[in-house]
Amino acid sequence: MSCGCASPVPEVPVTPPETLSSRVLLARVALGVAAWAAVYAMLQPAADWVVAQLPLDPESHLAEALAFFVYDTPKVLMLLALVVFAMGIVRSFFSAERTRAVLAGKHEGVGNVAAASLGIVTPFCSCSAVPLFIGFVSAGVPLGVTFSFLIAAPMVNEIALGLLFALLGWKVAAAYLGFGLGIAIVAGWVIGRFRLEGWLEPWVREVRAAAVDLPPERLTLADRIDAGVEAVKDIVGKVWKWIIAGIGLGAFIHGYVPADLLAEIMGRDAWWSVPAAVLLGIPMYSSAAGIVPVVEALLGKGAALGTVLAFMMSVIALSAPEMIILRKVLSAKLIAVFAGVVGVGILGVGYLFNLLFA
Amino acid sequence: MKDVKVLGPGCKRCQTTAEMVQAEADKLGVAITLEKVTDYAAIAGYGIAATPGIVVDGKVVHAGGLPKAADIDAWLA
Repeated sequence: MSCGCASPVPEVPVTPPETLSSRVLLARVALGVAAWAAVYAMLQPAADWVVAQLPLDPESHLAEALAFFVYDTPKVLMLLALVVFAMGIVRSFFSAERTRAVLAGKHEGVGNVAAASLGIVTPFCSCSAVPLFIGFVSAGVPLGVTFSFLIAAPMVNEIALGLLFALLGWKVAAAYLGFGLGIAIVAGWVIGRFRLEGWLEPWVREVRAAAVDLPPERLTLADRIDAGVEAVKDIVGKVWKWIIAGIGLGAFIHGYVPADLLAEIMGRDAWWSVPAAVLLGIPMYSSAAGIVPVVEALLGKGAALGTVLAFMMSVIALSAPEMIILRKVLSAKLIAVFAGVVGVGILGVGYLFNLLFA
Repeated sequence: MKDVKVLGPGCKRCQTTAEMVQAEADKLGVAITLEKVTDYAAIAGYGIAATPGIVVDGKVVHAGGLPKAADIDAWLA
């Protein structure tokens, strides 16, 4: 999951001037959103114009690929900025410590549902994965409930949902949300049922965490809007390279890959394409922001939705780098169970999507 | 002399946090000993779930994300 682990030093935030009333702040945000909408509405004509200026046959592969790239790049970046801004504000109401306090002592079942849901809104960064894992387990959050959180947090994140909603419509986004949560809840519950606490690395079980008593944060509206702006700088600043790469690949698929070929290997009739997509996704690692434009282009060429989404889920939820990080706290056996349970879940969702969205 | 510890596995954000603390201490003229705690078991022992964390004189004052300069000033005061 993208986060600010590698972000450059941000400027020191200015103390919010007390004179700015909430009303002024909200008016500013509304103005910003209106300006955003105005620019967004002009993207398609502007992109058409740019491509028309090029000395290319508009029917050619290159022109089609370029048109996709020139229109999609600003579109995806703008959508991402909007989604990340809104989510930055939402996330300022949550913290990992508070989520842990909610989950500690929760029983399996209810705990898995709560953990998966909180996984979407709790600020979480992949370099925090290990401290978070130990912090949860040592505070009495059951292992399976912790896994529900760790599966949902990267897979059902705001970038994936926001971009799916914007590019493919609310039905796909809602289905992704429902099935993603479902996988996180069920996989966590199954892992909990196996009673695998003994498969943690021994030192993890030894950790006795001190009770932490953080002073409650008092955030003003200005602080929360700041949090949104910071999130945009942080995340867009980090993932734009992934997006350009993803759109470039999408543009290539859009312009050059023949539709028949994809429909044949990634279409609904090829039963083996779902497991192949999941396996292909494991060694790949990309931010959701990079993978969604590829998803969009593949779908445009007749690939089946379930197959493509299984690929996307596999890329972001079953990433080899994250498993290597988690190896510090989990035994290899436990990682294999985790990958196996989540992989089976994604497989099931892939087939189900293909059935539902015919 | 304030004893400040920055808890984090050594990612960029933790580095930035340590630099911010040092900069604020220099600005205020407060003498501190700054230690980076990177061992996962030690970090977990402080009871935080999100890094970077900040501990001042043995008390956890911050967890998760970059701190604000104004808050650092308050912790060092």
